[in-house]
Amino acid sequence: MSELDIQPELVTELLVSFLREEVSSAGLERAVVGLSGGIDSAVSAALCVRAFGPENVLLCLLPYRLSNPKSESDARLVSGQLGSETRRIDISRMADGYLGQQKVRDPLRAGNVLARCRMIVLYDLSVEWRGLVVGTSNKTEILLGYSTQWGDSAHAVNPLGDLYKHQVYQLAHHLELPLEVIQKAPSADLFEGQTDEDELGFSYEDADRVLVRMIEGRRREDELVLDGFDRNLVQQIAKRVVGNQFKRLPPVIAKLHRRSIQHDFRYLRDWRK
Amino acid sequence: MSFRIALLQTNPRLGDLQTNLEDHLVRIDRAVDGGAELVCFPELSLTGYFLKDQVDELAQTLDAPLFEPLLERSHSTSIVVGFVERSPSNRLYNSLAFIERGEILGVHRKVHLVSYGMFDETRDFGAGERFRIIESRLGRFGPLICEDLWHTPSAYLHFLNDADYLLVTSASPARGVQAPGPGLASQHTWDTLLEATAILYRTWVFYVGRVGWEDGIGFGGSSAIYDPYGVKQAQCEGFEPATLETAIDPSVLRRARVETPLRRDEKPWILAGELERSLRSIRDDSSTPKKVR
Repeated sequence: MSELDIQPELVTELLVSFLREEVSSAGLERAVVGLSGGIDSAVSAALCVRAFGPENVLLCLLPYRLSNPKSESDARLVSGQLGSETRRIDISRMADGYLGQQKVRDPLRAGNVLARCRMIVLYDLSVEWRGLVVGTSNKTEILLGYSTQWGDSAHAVNPLGDLYKHQVYQLAHHLELPLEVIQKAPSADLFEGQTDEDELGFSYEDADRVLVRMIEGRRREDELVLDGFDRNLVQQIAKRVVGNQFKRLPPVIAKLHRRSIQHDFRYLRDWRK
Repeated sequence: MSFRIALLQTNPRLGDLQTNLEDHLVRIDRAVDGGAELVCFPELSLTGYFLKDQVDELAQTLDAPLFEPLLERSHSTSIVVGFVERSPSNRLYNSLAFIERGEILGVHRKVHLVSYGMFDETRDFGAGERFRIIESRLGRFGPLICEDLWHTPSAYLHFLNDADYLLVTSASPARGVQAPGPGLASQHTWDTLLEATAILYRTWVFYVGRVGWEDGIGFGGSSAIYDPYGVKQAQCEGFEPATLETAIDPSVLRRARVETPLRRDEKPWILAGELERSLRSIRDDSSTPKKVR
């Protein structure tokens, strides 16, 4: 057993209860999920289906003309299994309208634009569907900052945000999602041939093992090296965690008055009147 | 005198006093129909937990109209509720009220507020400063709120004062899902504490927790009843509102205390003397800077 192992049944029970309650506290009982064909969105969607029933979940396939066709076929495998309404909205014209006009060549910029186009579609459909946009970012990727701010990181509630990648795999098996989706190399599919692990420069397995000790175990660099991890790997991960803190917090507000939003005007999101 | 207790594990609506009060009344009436003579709600049951700036907006003085329907019903059953208490000098406390026969018989203000990790209670609440037994028609109750139990002297003081029943109300976040379990790590810790408390102090222990979510923090429920041998008599499963009803037979208390007379043999005067000595020589936490020659 790995130190990362969770109790998938217990976690599923908690997350289903979490989704129901946090969505209903927004006055809604439906969800919108963007399906990428990857494991995270598949798990998030499967949890939503358990929480709200297949008829109350809208699954969105949002391909771009250069997306790998396998992403869409894998997403269809998932949506077919879950049995929810599935819509395909090609974002090519929407994205190219801007990318072409601005002559964006940098794959990082283009990738961010695609992620933000998808966000626009999901948020628009959430109004029509009368559901909340449910997130698909896991803890590993949030800590590493491997996401587009206001793109895939934009959502109302996120059932996966406290689960390391390894734990998402465990849940995927527990939820009996297609092996096709579970076994392929994780990719943001923002440009051809991209894989998360190539881009990050280390494997999710290594990242998870370092992060779980660094975050949950409060181990420091020297202690992690004593644990047997490569110092360079530990430093790379720590640098990403610190450097991406801005993506995890709301925008900074300058305090001027007696009670300032975020500083001392303190109410939960679940605040009700 | 044997009696029926009902632990009412609820999911308070954050900041919504009226809805929560109505939910309390419905549940009390139902429990009374089932023969309950004591009904207990969790910590801050009338308000919800992560209140922040809502603490002041929701605070109630002991003569507030909010208590009227509870006072009325307290002729049919004794009632314990959690609320934000406003003192005459406008200090705010995380309190529980023990209501019986038309009056508030006792109030316990949480002594050990939690302000670490995800908690920030000392920012919003004043701390209680005493542990007092509540003398109910049903027996002697030692009230504790959540973190109070984690400081051993709290239950010990109730033990010294011959509590028959320790009543622990809580709003404890559910956490720790790692394998192999089974169950939440947080719950395992609570179960251990409650069981040990019942064994060490030879009292019944009633634990009433809450369920539900507030901004992504889930509450663990798991309300439970332990007899004076530390044997769990009943426990709520899952993360839904629930009622745990049991008949309490006080003769168990008599038997347990005759068999193992821990209170009789306790020597609090030794503690008093040793405490005095320790407090005189208590270790100072100051650091000494290095001298540079």
